[in-house]
This record gives sequence, C-alpha cells and structure tokens, in this order.
Amino acid sequence: MLRLVLAALAVVALGSGPASAQAYPNRPVTLIVPFAAGGPTDIIARIVGEHMARTLGQQIVVENVAGAGGTTGITRGAQAKPDGYTIMMGHMGTHGAAPALYPRLRYDPTKDFEPIGLAAGTPILIVGRKAFPPNTLKDLITYLQTNQAKVNQAHAGVGSVSHTTCTMLQSQLKVKSTLVAYRGTGPALNDLVGGQVDYMCDQIVNLVEQIKAGNIRAYAIATPERSPALPDVPTTKEAGLPQYQVSAWNALFAPKDTPKEIVARLNDALDKALDDAATRKRLLDLGGVIPDKAGRTSAWLGNFVKAEVDRWTPILKAAGAVAE
Amino acid sequence: MEALADNLALGFATAFSPQNLAFCFIGCLVGTLIGVLPGVGPIATIAMLLPLTFQFEPTSALIMLAGIYYGAQYGGSTTAILVNIPGEATAVVTALDGHQLARQGRAGIALGLAAIASFCAGTVATVVIAALGEPLTRLALLFGPAEYFALMVLGLAFAVVLARGSILKAVAMILAGLLLAAVGTDLETGEERLTLGLDALSDGIDFAVLAMGLFGFAEVLRNLETPEARSVVRAKIGRLLPGRAELRQALGPMLRGTGLGSLLGILPGNGAVLGPFASYSVEKKIAKDPTRFGQGAIEGVAGPEAANNAGAQTAFIPLLTLGIPPNAVMALMVGAMTIHGIIPGPQVMTKSPELFWGMIASMWIGNLMLLVINLPLVGLWVKLLKVPYRLMFPAILIFCCIGIYSINNSASDVLLTAFFGLVGYALIKFGFEPAPLLLGFVLGRLLEEKLRQALILSRGDLMTFVERPVSAGLLLVAVVILAVAVLPSVRAGREKAFQD
Repeated sequence: MLRLVLAALAVVALGSGPASAQAYPNRPVTLIVPFAAGGPTDIIARIVGEHMARTLGQQIVVENVAGAGGTTGITRGAQAKPDGYTIMMGHMGTHGAAPALYPRLRYDPTKDFEPIGLAAGTPILIVGRKAFPPNTLKDLITYLQTNQAKVNQAHAGVGSVSHTTCTMLQSQLKVKSTLVAYRGTGPALNDLVGGQVDYMCDQIVNLVEQIKAGNIRAYAIATPERSPALPDVPTTKEAGLPQYQVSAWNALFAPKDTPKEIVARLNDALDKALDDAATRKRLLDLGGVIPDKAGRTSAWLGNFVKAEVDRWTPILKAAGAVAE
Repeated sequence: MEALADNLALGFATAFSPQNLAFCFIGCLVGTLIGVLPGVGPIATIAMLLPLTFQFEPTSALIMLAGIYYGAQYGGSTTAILVNIPGEATAVVTALDGHQLARQGRAGIALGLAAIASFCAGTVATVVIAALGEPLTRLALLFGPAEYFALMVLGLAFAVVLARGSILKAVAMILAGLLLAAVGTDLETGEERLTLGLDALSDGIDFAVLAMGLFGFAEVLRNLETPEARSVVRAKIGRLLPGRAELRQALGPMLRGTGLGSLLGILPGNGAVLGPFASYSVEKKIAKDPTRFGQGAIEGVAGPEAANNAGAQTAFIPLLTLGIPPNAVMALMVGAMTIHGIIPGPQVMTKSPELFWGMIASMWIGNLMLLVINLPLVGLWVKLLKVPYRLMFPAILIFCCIGIYSINNSASDVLLTAFFGLVGYALIKFGFEPAPLLLGFVLGRLLEEKLRQALILSRGDLMTFVERPVSAGLLLVAVVILAVAVLPSVRAGREKAFQD
C-alpha cells in the first residue's frame, strides 16, 4: 500500500508525460536491484533508470531485494512474468561468480535471461592501509609472496565483489593471505583506514575519497586505462600485473522469453541513457566506466556473461570459495 | 572556537533558507509518522523517497532524508508507550517503563518526557557533532575487532542487569537471543547454519522481524485475552505534560543517556542500538530503589529515549567526517549523497561546507520542529487510547505487516514475524521477558563476528583482548559490573531482591 501511494506520489512529482502511444510500456516497470539501497549497483540502477524512464514514458520503480550475494533478487526476477514489466540489474557476482559460489543456485546466468545490455561498471582497485610497507604494486607482490603468513586481507563477506576480486588476485599471484570477513564494505573499510587490516580490493566508488584524503594507499586500478577520478593511480598493466583486469560490471536482464521487441525497446532506452550527457557525468563522477557502442548490444552481453562464468568458475572453485 | 562559530553561522544560514526549512519540516513530519507506525522503518521509507529527491538541491534532499531518520526515532516511542508496541525497533526499551506509566494513567507524562528527553539529547548531540566530530572519528577508528568484542561483552553484562524478574530466566533469554543471532550464513566460510534449509533464513533473522514479532504481534495476542485490563488505561488519562518534579527527576538520566548514546552512536556496526539498553541498565543500577524499574520509572523512559536520539544523531559523525557509514541507514545516506554527486569522504567538510554545516544546523532545527510537532500531538495520541481495540489492533497488525514486508520486499519475513509473535506470546505466558532476548540477539551477531575477526588477526592468540588497552579497560568494566550486580544478590538472596 505504502509503496503504491509513494509510487503514485512519485508519478505526480516527476510530472510524467501522457501515456506512450506504443503498447509497451503502459504501466510502471519494476527494476529489481538485488542489493541494499545505497550501494554501487543500486546507485547505477537509479541513475540509468531515471533517464530510461523518460525515454519509455513510464516510471521505473526500483525494488531492492537483497540477500545471498544478490542471488535472492535475481532468482525472483528470473521467475517473474516475462512481459517486460519486471527487469533486473544483474552484476559480476550474480551473473559471473554465483554459479561457482552457490551450488544450489536456482537459475543459470547463461540460459534463464534475455540480456538487455551492459549499463556501467566500476573498476576494481588494490588498496592498502596508510602505513603498509610496500610502496608500489611490484613491492606489494614481493611483500605478499615473502610475508604470506602475516598479511591480513579484508573483504566484505563471502561472495562480495571485494572477496571474489581479491581471490582472483591471490590466484594470479599464487599467494594466500589471511582473509578477514566483514559484513559489508563499510566495516571493512573502517578497519583498513584504522590500520587493523593490511589490504583489500574493492570498487573505486567506495574508495576514491579515502585515497584522495590519504587515509589509505592505492596500488593499482584493474582497468586498461587510468580513471579520470584518480589520475595518479597507475593501471595494473603499467604497474606490472597486466593479467589482473577486473571490474564490477552491472547489466540489465529480463526474464527468459520476454518478447524480442520489448528487449529491443529497453536496450534502446538504455543506449539513450548512456549517451545522455548528464547521465554520463553522474556515472563518471562515481568513477564508473561506460561501455562504448559495440559493448551495449544484447548479443554482446549474452556472450560476455558466458565468458565471465567461464572465467570465474575455475578461480573460485580452486580457492575453495563456496557459499552454501 | 571562532572557526566553529563561523561554520555554524554558515550552517544556520544554509538551513534557515525557506526551502531547506520546508524540507526539514517535511522530513521530520514523515519521520514522526513512520516512527509511530509499528514496523514501517526509516530504511524502507528513505529508499522509496530517494527517487523523489533527484530534482532537489543535494543539501535540501539530505536535510529531508536525515529528518526522516531522526524523526522516526522520536515517533518510535509513541506506540511503545501507548500500546507496548515499539514503533521503531530501538524503542523496545522505552516500552518497558513507558507503557507501565501509561497503564497508571500517566501516558501524557511519559510521552511528554520522551519528547523533551529526545529534544535535549538532540541538541547536545548536534553540538557534539559540530565541535567534536573530528576527534570522535579518530576514537571510532581506534575500535578494532578486539575492542568491539570487549564492548559487546560489556553489553552482555548490561543484559544481566536489564533483567526484571528471575536472573535464571533472564540468562536463558539472553542465550536464546545469542542462538537466534547465529542463524544464517556464516560470515567467514559462507556456510549456512541453523537455517533448516529455508531460503528465508539464509541471511539470518532481521532485527525488526524479531522485535515486531516478540513485541508487536505478541502484545496484540496477549490483549485479545484480557480486554478488561486495557479499559483501565482508557479510563484515566491524567495530566498531559510532565511537571517540574518529573522534569527534575528526569534530568540526570537524560544527561547520562545523552552521553552514553552519543558515544555508542559513533561506533561502527550499529552501536546506536546499544544506547537505550545501556542507559536503562545504568539508571537501574544507580537508582536508590531499582525495583521501581519495570513498574513505570520515569528514569527508565527519559534515559533510554535520550540515548536513542543522541545515538541516532552522532551516527552521522562517521558518515560526515570520514565517509564510512556505521549502520544500514547511514549506508543509504551514502547512496543518497552519491546519487547527488557528492561522494562521502573525509573531504566533504572542506569541499562542500554548506552541505556539511547546513546538515548539522538542520538537525538542531529539526529537533526543535520535532518538539513542536510532538508536544501538541501528545493530547491527540492519548486520545487514540480511546479507540476501541477491535479497531486498533487490526490496524496495528496491518501496519506491522506492511512495514515488515517493506524491509526486504519479502513475504516470508511477514510469516516469520507471525511465528515470533506466537513465540513471544508463549514467553509472556511462561513469565519470560523478551527484552533480554532482543539484547542478546543484537549483541550476538557482533559478538561472534568481532571475536572471530580479532582471533583471525591475532592468529588465535587470546592475549589480544588483554594487551590492547581499550579492550582491556572495557573488559575490566564488564567484570566490575557483573560483580556488583551478582555479589550482593548472592549474599542477600537475589530472588528476594529482584523478583517482582
């Protein structure tokens, strides 16, 4: 009830235009975000969704269904009626790492969805506490290899972005530091700034201000190019670990069997949102990476999901990281 | 000091713009309403209203969203006092003595005291944020896993003191709370524990689900069988506002509660929830006649209410000065700021001073507004007691259900709440207090989490808790409190002293 009233208020407040001439959409579209409101995926969904709503001529109502590393919300989305009125924001975890992490997963990221398109990704950074001895990424690698027994690495919970991406780092470096799990990025970052733990990997949006303030040190960013938000932080390629390329990507999916025209219409709205100057600026301010035209098609996303599942599964299985 | 005055001047100039005043008022009003409605919480409300704020100035939007949060802490005590159902989970402690006051026909006094205590605490907390925000942030950073664990042990010691009846039953309830906290996915390994294979339990039990079940649903069930007991409450309403004597009695608890709440609110991991429990325990401990607690002690309302509001406000400190959210509501505020193009961090204060100081100034204005909103409403709320229960209880149940559903958009949460309602009813029937169980539950998750983190960091060395001065100090205080609580009763026969 409350939600309905608020949705109605939102429609009035935003002064949404007259009903679109086209049949779809003729009522608000629900966008399931499988994480808590306020997190990076939620923010990207809301920024992109706001512009998409204008193109579609209908409200996009964000529904946060958090739980089990995002798989609770995606499971619900996968089982929704494939009529285009329920779509979801999938993510590196739910559509890449989840099959390896959750043996009882009730959806197949490669089969149970109609990919709409990639929205935006946030690059991963390797960061350490302020007084951590290594100065550069090369130093860090040597340090991790020689001091395995005493190094502590924080992460935001099994299956979180900071957990899976650091597992990938360790698997590439063939080291095992001691993992300390926290309930979310906030507490983990608190202990990194406080110097209780040594290093972690996480999304740029969570870290950028702490790096700028000198509360933590950044070793490298795992994208091909430097981020305009942090121009002084070298890429992993420049710093000597070119194979570590990873970003927390977010993409829109519809349930399987959603009609092709509707998927195309949603893809078009997403494409327009990603071309919009104001939307781009907001995403870039977050340190986000916006896909180029070639990377925005539904077909591209379909192939990308397959590649991601293939890439994460062996790494996570070898590390014994199973959330069950 | 001069800089502080300049900054506050800038803040008040920002907050006093007609637009910001209006948003502050809307936020406080919405907050009061959702606070009064049991189950409907600030998290769901802020998440739903977030899209509406896209068009606003960031400062106005954040002033409004912040108003919803601390406004909800004000409103939460209303239903706790009137019908023994905490509107917000944090008002559980207020229900203990506040509702007893209401049954004695002193509902107006309890409500008035709650509002005044909240206002005083809010005022002090605003000053604390403005003047001591930065040094206090450093204090929060001192709290590593070992210190936090020690604090939780201290909390457990409080839990024993909190007990109203038999100590054995209280300990049983605390342990049950600890056990319920263990339900869900294991943090370090990702294994599911005690979930009975149910998906609904895989992320553990939500505090609001447990609190609304044990208090809200159970209270409705209990009242169904004794309608005549309630007519007593309806018969006499008494004076509406607290008099001089009551205010004098409440002053000490208010100040102590504000201090405790302010300190606990800064700590990461939702320390603010501990504030009311800690305040209640302290008041009961230092009272000349602790048996009055649970029978309608004024100190038992004023202290926890002050602690609750002070904590709700100082919880903004880590967010504003460091950019690290201490609890779920603040994490949502991070999202709100980010959406408005202000990524929270240590530099918000220097990069957007009007936002930083404007928000702080708005908190004081908001508290004043809340007092103005709430005091006249006391009369109206008290009249609500005249609403026949056949109308009121279905309404309470419906709002509880909506609120619980809105936390995670999950129907199974509502069923779980209903289940805990039955459990709560059984507990009341067998004479067990649900409050220690809730405290055990709050403490349990952090207790385990921080114990394991500390031991992982020390590679299993228990000395870590003693070697670190802050942790050692807290543990010492816990031992002293337990000794003081248990020793005299062992000597004098605890049953006699504490059974009511």
